[in-house]
Amino acid sequence: MLNIPCPWCGERDVNEFHCGGEAHIARPTGADTIDDAAWADYLFMRQNPKGRHYERWSHAHGCRRWFHIVRNTDSDQILAVYLMDEAPPDVPEPSS
Amino acid sequence: MKRQRYRLHSGGRIDRGDERSFSFNGRRYFGYAGDTLASALLANGVHFVGRSFKYHRPRGIFGSGAEEPNALVQLGAGARTDPNMRATTTALFEGLRAKSQNCWPALWFDIGGINDRLSGLLPAGFYYKTFMRPASLWKFYEKIIRNAAGLGRAPVDRDPDRYEHQYAHCDVLVVGAGPAGLAAARAAGATGARVIIADEQSEFGGTLLTENGRRVRIGGEAPDEWLNSISAELNDMPEVNMLPRTTAYGNYAHNFVGLMERITDHLPTEDAEGEVRQRLWKLRAKEIVLATGSLERPLVFAGNDRPGVMLAGAARDYVNRYGVSPGSRVVIFTNNDSAYAAALDMAEADIAVESVIDLRSEVEGDLPRRAREAGIPALQGYTVVATSGRHRVKGVSVMRMNDAGDGVTGPVRNLTCDCVAMSGGWNPAVHLFSQARGKLVFEPDRGIFVPGEPVQAIRSAGACNGAFSLSQCIAEGAETGLAAARVAGFEGEHASPTNVSEPADKPQTPVWRAPTDRKGARMFVDFQNDVTTKDLDLAVREGYHSIEHVKRYTTTGMGTDQGKTSNVNALAIVANALGAEIPAVGVTTFRAPYTPITFGAITGRHVGALFDPVRRTPIHEWHVERGAKFEDVGQWKRAWYYPRNGETMRQAVDREVKAARDGVGILDYSTLGKIDIRGPDAAEFLNRIYTNAWTKLGVGRCRYGLMLRDDGMVMDDGVTLRLAVDHFLMTTTTGNAASVLSWLEEWLQTEWPDLQVFCTSVTEQFATISICGPKARVLLTELAPDMTLSGDEFAHMSMQEGMVAGVAARVLRVSFTGEVGFEINVPARYGRAVWDAFMEAGEAHGITPYGTEAMHVLRAEKGFFIAGQESDGTVTPIDLGMEWIVNWTKGDFVGRRSLNRLDTVREDRKQLVGLITTDLETVLEEGAQIVAHVSDAPPMEMIGHVTSSYYSPNLGRSIALAMIRSGRSRMGETLYAPMPAGTIEVTVTKPVFFDEEGGRLNG
Repeated sequence: MLNIPCPWCGERDVNEFHCGGEAHIARPTGADTIDDAAWADYLFMRQNPKGRHYERWSHAHGCRRWFHIVRNTDSDQILAVYLMDEAPPDVPEPSS
Repeated sequence: MKRQRYRLHSGGRIDRGDERSFSFNGRRYFGYAGDTLASALLANGVHFVGRSFKYHRPRGIFGSGAEEPNALVQLGAGARTDPNMRATTTALFEGLRAKSQNCWPALWFDIGGINDRLSGLLPAGFYYKTFMRPASLWKFYEKIIRNAAGLGRAPVDRDPDRYEHQYAHCDVLVVGAGPAGLAAARAAGATGARVIIADEQSEFGGTLLTENGRRVRIGGEAPDEWLNSISAELNDMPEVNMLPRTTAYGNYAHNFVGLMERITDHLPTEDAEGEVRQRLWKLRAKEIVLATGSLERPLVFAGNDRPGVMLAGAARDYVNRYGVSPGSRVVIFTNNDSAYAAALDMAEADIAVESVIDLRSEVEGDLPRRAREAGIPALQGYTVVATSGRHRVKGVSVMRMNDAGDGVTGPVRNLTCDCVAMSGGWNPAVHLFSQARGKLVFEPDRGIFVPGEPVQAIRSAGACNGAFSLSQCIAEGAETGLAAARVAGFEGEHASPTNVSEPADKPQTPVWRAPTDRKGARMFVDFQNDVTTKDLDLAVREGYHSIEHVKRYTTTGMGTDQGKTSNVNALAIVANALGAEIPAVGVTTFRAPYTPITFGAITGRHVGALFDPVRRTPIHEWHVERGAKFEDVGQWKRAWYYPRNGETMRQAVDREVKAARDGVGILDYSTLGKIDIRGPDAAEFLNRIYTNAWTKLGVGRCRYGLMLRDDGMVMDDGVTLRLAVDHFLMTTTTGNAASVLSWLEEWLQTEWPDLQVFCTSVTEQFATISICGPKARVLLTELAPDMTLSGDEFAHMSMQEGMVAGVAARVLRVSFTGEVGFEINVPARYGRAVWDAFMEAGEAHGITPYGTEAMHVLRAEKGFFIAGQESDGTVTPIDLGMEWIVNWTKGDFVGRRSLNRLDTVREDRKQLVGLITTDLETVLEEGAQIVAHVSDAPPMEMIGHVTSSYYSPNLGRSIALAMIRSGRSRMGETLYAPMPAGTIEVTVTKPVFFDEEGGRLNG
């Protein structure tokens, strides 16, 4: 059971949180002009890496704020935490 | 039989003054306080306790702890029975009742034993190979196989015991209270760190509990004295919490550990009355010290599964800890020095040791030397090639190993015995380390897996780290405990080292399969699941090269013991058969739980009324008083219908539906999700969330909205009211209130943080009373004389604030039934009073309360869809025939682009239509599949399904809504619903059955 460091509330058990999946998926603007493949890529296609993963979480049973973490999906180690309006930090790919 | 014939005259940590009676297979026996069920059975000479899983072979007590594969019993009776309990870890209490499992009709006469004679016909993968064809017969085979499988029986009655969960945090968790764990806890505790030390046994001490002190001194003291003083020290440390009878069963991510504390399992039922039976700890530890010790490895030799063949360490436990002789004449079979300690302790307890059979030809350790000095016969460079005896071992045949060590030579010698104590060496108990995804490293010289780099904040100390000697255990424990506390933020210094005197141990020589001269002899690897070397060889020959595949194919390691005694042997045998190195074959994954835990403990207090929260409206009690039947909608209890005077459901619903169209109906709609949306950008926000336009909606006006996911699929719908330029009140379906709020917040926070909008759930702040029907307006006028309610002044889809029955209310003129309708919203605490006022004033108008079923019929007559009933996450507004609500000109909104995807513009998507049956009374089943062409038997091409289906009393016939492929181009077509009782003919219609023009809304 993950121990998630909420940037507002501190460390809490994962069952207080909702995982929003991969982060930094830009929603295309002017969507009318983009083709089906590009739109489908936005809607459906996600990375599933073993290792470094930038992801969105929401403290659903706490402050209800969304934020980002960088997690090593192999070890579950949390490598970074940052706010919605912050640029993704440059975290080196962990060696496996 | 004499009482406790095999009880030694002295010794053991039992209380000989506290005799306890118990029954096994209906027969009465006696033991002492401090016994386990296994030690008490052995004290009475009972070795044969169960039958094996597959061949039903007689099996005896094999171990003395969690590793036990054989001695699984059914404990207790009635609602308090527990299957698959290890006799070796079951504390003896007065009146304990246990039965053998997996045998019928009786342990000594077991019909399933025929499987043993047929074993040649039951190779690995037998079921996969035999029952594949014809597939249709599987249904027949399955019943028989399911009956034959399984071990004990689960209780049928409700569990009368109480269980609870405990959340806890600590700085250092120490798992295992043997010498390493105790030393670790003391070192960590001395720094002031919060320490929890847990051990599965009733007493702390681990291997020290069986060390009688004749050959071992710790700091000049006997092991017992050291144990007492360190336990007292720990007891005096206020931040150290000691948990005996507590198994750390699972080691999860981020140092989250599950512990199972057995509080009353060692007590008779009457003493446990009113107590919590088991407590499940959910513990987050900053640092974890594993001191889980080691598990003895059996030797794989011909005939190694007879009752009376047991692990040497276990035999030693029975002698030293329980004062029980495991036999009257014992053969010891080993590849390492540790079994000589068992030989010495037995000899000292006047148990006849027939001989030590040592696979090694060169033996030079302290313990073998002392055994030699004590005159214990030993055959070195020998192996056991066969055993005899059916329900108890009677003797062994031994031969000399050849020079290559892969075969036998010379004459056969036969030895008589009634117990074989064997040791194939010791495996570090790396289960918890591996569960937390730490990588294991194989040491070929010693033939063991030891912990490598941990992934989490976990350290291993003592035997579970490959440090087997007592001095190593204590030193490593102390060092590791201190290191863990320091990392957790505490300060402390190394204590002076503990001086330990003990025999020097020489390394074991791994022998994975003892050679034999007997053809076809069976050597068991996994005792619980009856897996032999032949099964493993066969699996390899058939092409199973991954250990994970071999495991599943042969079922080795898949019993309730999870292969604690079998996994490493199986792995080595498979590696040898493949001609590969052991590390190259890899280990199977260790999984939680380490030992089985009860469903009761997992469930804790989440049973009965506490299983899930129940939400009730402010008017709930009125429905109860009126005898309403309720239905669960999410966590809400909603009135379903109100049967009167013995009405059936159909009669009640018909009456309620007609009343709502002919007079006035009243519905408790308080469960409707309500979200208060406020901020300067609120209108723009709704514009992006809903498919239609919101910016021009007037204050005091309402609008129906449809919400899509970004893939274009319908998510929720509801009416939203504009209270002010910057203030809206959104309603959602009852079940989606929480998820819609989360959805709105997600878009606001992650996609449009520039919008200034706040969302607040107000579902429970308002009671909502919905009235509808031709007399609704008259009734409301009586209760709200100050409001202007005429059709011209109070238009459909608008709101007025005013006093209703003396309470400040928001009244919306909306309709989900097609009749003139009003929704009266009042603060929740006035809900019941206003409802009562409506019922009283409405009496003269024949007011009829209606429930959710009538509401569904009324809306289905009008063809209004319900999110989650007609739509199921694969339905677009166009599929529902609601293109009218999609505004293409207002700009982007969630889901817009997806409505033009190749897939969503297909003509042959399922579309919402009505279905009417030829027979007016036939009500289709919701979920029934619809076909265009009927054949005699399935498969038939399904083109859709029924989503809603009711009898409509207003139409005098059944009606249904359905999602049908290209449904809108099939108007008037005849389709079919093939059902088990016969095919039903249906005609496709528009999805509106009543008042298509909508005239009644303004009536």
